[in-house]
Amino acid sequence: MTSKITTSTTAGTSGGPMVLAEGVHKSFGAAHILKGIDLEVAPREVFCLIGPSGSGKSTFLRCINHLEKVNAGRLSVDGELVGYREHNGKLYELRDREVAARRRDIGMVFQRFNLFPHMTAIENVMEAPIQVKGESKAAARERATKLLDRVGLADKAGNYPSQLSGGQQQRVAIARALAMEPKLMLFDEPTSALDPELVGDVLDVMKDLAADGMTMIVVTHEMGFAREVGDSLVFMDDGVVVESGHPREVLTNPQHDRTKSFLSKVL
Amino acid sequence: MSVDVDKPAQPPADAPPPQPEPIKAIPVRHYGRWVAAIVVVGLIALLFRAFASGNVNWGAIPQYMFNADILKGLRNTLLITVLSMIIGIVLGVILAVMRQSKNPVTSSVAWFYVWFFRGTPVYVQLFLWFNLGLVFQYIDIMPIYKDEWSDFMTPFLCALLGLGLNEAAYMAEICRAGLNAVDEGQTEAAHALGMSHARTLRRIIVPQAMRVIVPPTGNEVINMLKTSSLVIAVQYYDLLQAAQNVGRDSGVVVEMLILAAAWYLIATTVLSIGQYYLERYYARGSSRQLPPTPLQRAKARLTGGFHRAGGAA
Repeated sequence: MTSKITTSTTAGTSGGPMVLAEGVHKSFGAAHILKGIDLEVAPREVFCLIGPSGSGKSTFLRCINHLEKVNAGRLSVDGELVGYREHNGKLYELRDREVAARRRDIGMVFQRFNLFPHMTAIENVMEAPIQVKGESKAAARERATKLLDRVGLADKAGNYPSQLSGGQQQRVAIARALAMEPKLMLFDEPTSALDPELVGDVLDVMKDLAADGMTMIVVTHEMGFAREVGDSLVFMDDGVVVESGHPREVLTNPQHDRTKSFLSKVL
Repeated sequence: MSVDVDKPAQPPADAPPPQPEPIKAIPVRHYGRWVAAIVVVGLIALLFRAFASGNVNWGAIPQYMFNADILKGLRNTLLITVLSMIIGIVLGVILAVMRQSKNPVTSSVAWFYVWFFRGTPVYVQLFLWFNLGLVFQYIDIMPIYKDEWSDFMTPFLCALLGLGLNEAAYMAEICRAGLNAVDEGQTEAAHALGMSHARTLRRIIVPQAMRVIVPPTGNEVINMLKTSSLVIAVQYYDLLQAAQNVGRDSGVVVEMLILAAAWYLIATTVLSIGQYYLERYYARGSSRQLPPTPLQRAKARLTGGFHRAGGAA
């Protein structure tokens, strides 16, 4: 990284956990994907979710910023319920505008990058601050330049996504999420679509971010990253949390048979 | 192994790497192409001769090319084409968005609109607008405007509504296809950044959908230019009407039809060129390098000699 800018990462305003899930269920039609998830993510924590594909880890991540609606249970971010407002013991569904407002504080990085292909790298990063926060173009450009510099792509600012490698696109995507100054970052298998030699650059950016105190929830197959950077690790299978604990403990000394057999295949 | 024997001596380190010798081979001769070309040229010559010796007064065509009535008709044709397309595109986009709305009332209204206007011939629709006076005798928008229907519904307005509202149904389907063609991940990424539904559409989805929407829309414009000749049904004075009038008055009926065809061809050619540049504009970001414009291609051929015009894809 060429320079290090300490973005003031807010550690949450509620004083409680950053994410709190209590008995979260989610189904798509007849498919029951999440079968009662209970977990807690503390501010400034790097929280890793691992598990076989189809175990529901990505679905759970998407529930956190309400890209998916939970069917049962309670899910809250920084003390506020996701998708609902509670008043006199009753739940009121949030309007689209209110949902959008809550999402501002949660950054998300996708497996397939999902950069806006008709905009250059810097325009991708500037888009949300200008459109959502109403920032001035000059201010947004200045911060976007710093963010691109932080992810090591200052010289690629004018390139369109199609002119960037997968690893570069993913780093732009991280910069784009950071531009909204989120208090929580969600990573949905951020390195799974990358060539092996490009994975390291993206993980370096994420490590840098973790060192800065950003609260991060990372769905990943990178056990090395989980061990090195993670503060807690959860192993999910078939819609339930099978095992959780400190990454080094879970990875080296798994208690459940299911965890053992999964880890024996991926490590 | 004798591999080392064939190895050429290493060139000095600072010399440029030696260019590999290009393959010299005798290209395949395409005799079929020559035969086909001769046959085609022969047929064209025969057809040309038949038309030239036919009972057509060819001199009348250049003579009336810039006739005031013909030009007025052409102007009206272009005007009605442009205005109907504007109505069609604006209303089409609205209908496409309505169709995708979560609100069941809006989406049903859009569905019904497309069902009706796409399901009846535009010629019939033009007649219906023309005869709507049978239903409404007066138009009365209380404080602003009040008139007899027949005075209000001029041939121009009939033509505009008939063509524009019909076009909107087709444009709605084209826009819907374009909106659906944009990857779901784009919407998710925009929503995850906190962008509202409307803003996501405007800033992220529609610009990308344009790449899918523009080519068929170009077709629609060209189609509209020709379909507009149906406005004869509502007595609007368009190019075809003008050509027929001039032809009848001057005894050059067929000649004026050929002249009209020539003007339609010229107009569609100009539109096709415009379409090419519009498509090129919306392709930015989707391919690594934009294809060169014909002008750039010609320039490259003149200055750069044998550079491949297409460039690296």
